[in-house]
Amino acid sequence: MMVPGSITEVQQAVHSVQHLRVAGGATKSALSCDATLSTRKLSGVLEYEPSEYTFTALSGTPLQDIVNTLVEHNQFLPFDPPLVESGATLGGTVAAGLSGPGRLRYGGLRDFLLGTRVVTGGGRIVLGGGKVVKNAAGFDIPKLMVGGLGTMAILVELTFKVFPRPERYVSLRVDFEFLQQALDFQSDLMTSPLELACLDFVPPGTLWMRIGGMATAIEKRVDRLCQFVGDSARVYRDQEDEEIWRSAREFHWVPPEHDLVKIPILPQQIQVSESYLSGLDCEFPRRYSMGGNLLWLAWPREQQRGLLDEFCTQLQRPALAVTGNWPVPWLGPRQDNLYRQRLSSVFDPESKLARFPAGVGQ
Amino acid sequence: MERKPGGLMNASKLFEQLRRLYPPDRLLTRPAQLAPYESDGLTAFRARPAGIVLPETQDEVIQTVKLCYQHEIPFMARGSGTSLSGGSVPIQDGLLIGLNRMNRILQYEPKQRIAVVEPGVINLAVSQRATFDNLYYAPDPSSGPVCTLGGNVAFNSGGAHCLKYGMTSNHVLGLKVVLPNGEVCQLGGDSLEMVGPDMTGMFVGSEGLFGVALEITLRLLPKPEVYYTVQAAYDSLAKAGDAVTLVVASGLLPGAMEIMDRLSLDAADAAVGAGYPSDAKAILIVELEGIAEEVEAEKPRLHELIEKSGAYLVEVAKDDEQRLKIWTGRKSAFSAVGRLSPDFIVQDGVVPRTKLGESLVEIDRLSREYDIRVANVFHAGDGNLHPLIMYDGRQSGALERAECLAGEILRHCIRLGGSITGEHGVGLEKRGYMREMFGESDLEFMFELRHAVDPLQLANRGKMLPMAESPVLTTRGAHPLEKQGIISRE
Ligand SMILES: Cc1cc2nc3c(=O)[nH]c(=O)nc-3n(C[C@H](O)[C@H](O)[C@H](O)COP(=O)(O)OP(=O)(O)OC[C@H]3O[C@@H](n4cnc5c(N)ncnc54)[C@H](O)[C@@H]3O)c2cc1C
Ligand SMILES: Cc1cc2nc3c(=O)[nH]c(=O)nc-3n(C[C@H](O)[C@H](O)[C@H](O)COP(=O)(O)OP(=O)(O)OC[C@H]3O[C@@H](n4cnc5c(N)ncnc54)[C@H](O)[C@@H]3O)c2cc1C
Repeated sequence: MMVPGSITEVQQAVHSVQHLRVAGGATKSALSCDATLSTRKLSGVLEYEPSEYTFTALSGTPLQDIVNTLVEHNQFLPFDPPLVESGATLGGTVAAGLSGPGRLRYGGLRDFLLGTRVVTGGGRIVLGGGKVVKNAAGFDIPKLMVGGLGTMAILVELTFKVFPRPERYVSLRVDFEFLQQALDFQSDLMTSPLELACLDFVPPGTLWMRIGGMATAIEKRVDRLCQFVGDSARVYRDQEDEEIWRSAREFHWVPPEHDLVKIPILPQQIQVSESYLSGLDCEFPRRYSMGGNLLWLAWPREQQRGLLDEFCTQLQRPALAVTGNWPVPWLGPRQDNLYRQRLSSVFDPESKLARFPAGVGQ
Repeated sequence: MERKPGGLMNASKLFEQLRRLYPPDRLLTRPAQLAPYESDGLTAFRARPAGIVLPETQDEVIQTVKLCYQHEIPFMARGSGTSLSGGSVPIQDGLLIGLNRMNRILQYEPKQRIAVVEPGVINLAVSQRATFDNLYYAPDPSSGPVCTLGGNVAFNSGGAHCLKYGMTSNHVLGLKVVLPNGEVCQLGGDSLEMVGPDMTGMFVGSEGLFGVALEITLRLLPKPEVYYTVQAAYDSLAKAGDAVTLVVASGLLPGAMEIMDRLSLDAADAAVGAGYPSDAKAILIVELEGIAEEVEAEKPRLHELIEKSGAYLVEVAKDDEQRLKIWTGRKSAFSAVGRLSPDFIVQDGVVPRTKLGESLVEIDRLSREYDIRVANVFHAGDGNLHPLIMYDGRQSGALERAECLAGEILRHCIRLGGSITGEHGVGLEKRGYMREMFGESDLEFMFELRHAVDPLQLANRGKMLPMAESPVLTTRGAHPLEKQGIISRE
């Protein structure tokens, strides 16, 4: 494993090999199992100006370090990155394009990444975006790095926008007898002005919701949400509240011998998705997050993977394997086009980073 | 004979074929028909296209781009031509594709909180359509009643309310685009989430250099339940700037924070009778928005901060009418400055917001040094300055001096680690400053990206990138293209 400690060493690494895959914290095994370069030594916050709402850090910085630093100034990453406690790094989270349940309120990772310094597959150092919260000059290269799985470039330095952290959170749980009831309710919540921080649906009929804000307003908002959802709601505060979302964010609900898959969908596809999955002779722990825009699916390792591809194809949704050992992490219908290919050809002209698994095809 | 890209021979062949595609009323070539399109919101530059097509369908746009590619004629998509950076000044002897007739909202899904629109749809039309479902489209440029979403996508446009929910790129989920060679691509999708590199994000803000957006999938938000709009008057501009720093540091996250200085207050007063306090050196508008209980709890904290910042007069909008009045004054400021001066340049550089006070002092110093009036009205919450530099184009050398001053302000922004543009784009006007903001190799990389997508450099040739495609605009004296008589100023 190569372990560069500076951007020039990353550059040298790229020049010295024919294929390369990066690992950060290696928490998303499907994307980094065959890694040949570690960002372990590219760690640390370089700049942090709480009053600017921005920070710049090296890509191998553990998210936990970032979270801790921000908390000291009552700030947070509004896209609510997953796998913080498991050891995920900032760069790995960008490359995998993952946001957590709290994305619902202010937006996802793509909405908070301001600038990047990368080494391209061609071995060039490229600076993209800026360090201020607003910038419209030049192509928005940082966006292209989100979800790119390190296939275009190796992320070295990242600048993010942050927000003040809500003073308090409270969560509610409501159970429904029928799927459609829960979905109708989810839709009502999504178009309401109630400003939920999180809204997750866990089959067969549980809606989890969370609100956050000023300590002096939170109980009034809880009352109002209770009126909206009815008497059957259970309310969770403090530690209990923390634990619910911690478990969601860290995927504690994914059982052993299961692989985690990310499937972006639409709320109105949940019906179809549910009837497909419940028709299979197996349990699939799952969670529809962000108001029904994302299905996190735990796929049993012994279960045929062909079925998963078929499922994604039926939904017409490309998906991404996050953990486990997969030949390639992309699943379902192929979404590819000339635009991406042309951009890739500049970032990675010799396909040093593009091929999965690294080295295959040589 | 040597084949010259964009040459007149090719143009005549192109028009021959375009005539088969478009009826005469949608293919304009006579000088009188072309004249209204020669300039854009910047007005300092003009160029005459070889012709204009007004497509009504996506297929017409695709066919048109294919023909341009075939004949190697540069083309530019145009929305409402309100660009403030010369971004929609036509390409001399190129084809202009006017998209205003493609103004249908193709799909509107309130439950899913999305709308799919054609590029010629007016920004404000989306929120109007969604209002009955209590939804809205968040980015709100002051030009919202006229500018198009295609233009917004090209420039990643912002507005007064972008502090909390971001700019255009944060609200575009997917795009259908025609690349400069006529090939059609679907980028992104209709879910909030996606897998694979964010190609939608890479297209937004590319200033038309990667092709033409044909369909735009927008994310809609629930309308904030209440607004609480405060207007605070200060006896110095620096105090208003420092107030912003205080609010930001306090942990409040207002929907908008805007500052207007004395000159822009005078202008807005004259234009819409906004009735600002006559002795104020600056006013700060802060708007809290959101769910009623939360806003209620934020109010005392905001008032405490404003008092601490030394405001001498604080007014609160009591109803929608008063709120509207405050915003009408603010949003009319640009056009109102036209009453104070025959011509003006607007810059939109960004500075770290803790450096706002310092920057305003510097702009004031430059204004004195050049003896040129500069009005300041800006998105203070995100450090996005909007100095309006006034000049009289009839006086010789006045524009050049105004540009020189504008340049110094941009350099100041770069020095402080900011940006040369927060939302108006680089366009024609700021290409010369790209080299100061980005290193040579970073720019070279951007050029290669452009080249990979558009090897013939047909789409919006000459905009944004300073190299190769056409000479860089100079801030002093006549532009090289002017000397050749290709573009001219008013
Ligand atoms: C009074 C006034 C106030 C303004 N206020 C603001 C403000 O608050 N915030 C702000 O951000 N801007 C503001 N602007 C600037 C301007 O309105 C925006 O840049 C707007 O997005 C331009 O839209 P348009 O339809 O006029 O586009 P145009 O000016 O016609 O075009 C702008 C650019 O977009 C390209 N383009 C247009 N359509 C497409 C398409 N379909 N595909 C690809 N490229 C395309 C063009 O080639 C051009 O480069 C203001 C302008 C004025 C005149
Ligand atoms: C069902 C399925 C099976 C695949 N099987 C393989 C495989 O066996 N081997 C392999 O190397 N690749 C595979 N891919 C991924 C991708 O299509 C290939 O990387 C691509 O074919 C590389 O060929 P290229 O010559 O176009 O490379 P390039 O144009 O250089 O593209 C390389 C890179 O583009 C990106 N990319 C391509 N497709 C996607 C996508 N759907 N989502 C996100 N990013 C993408 C990746 O970064 C990819 O590695 C598969 C994708 C899907 C959906």
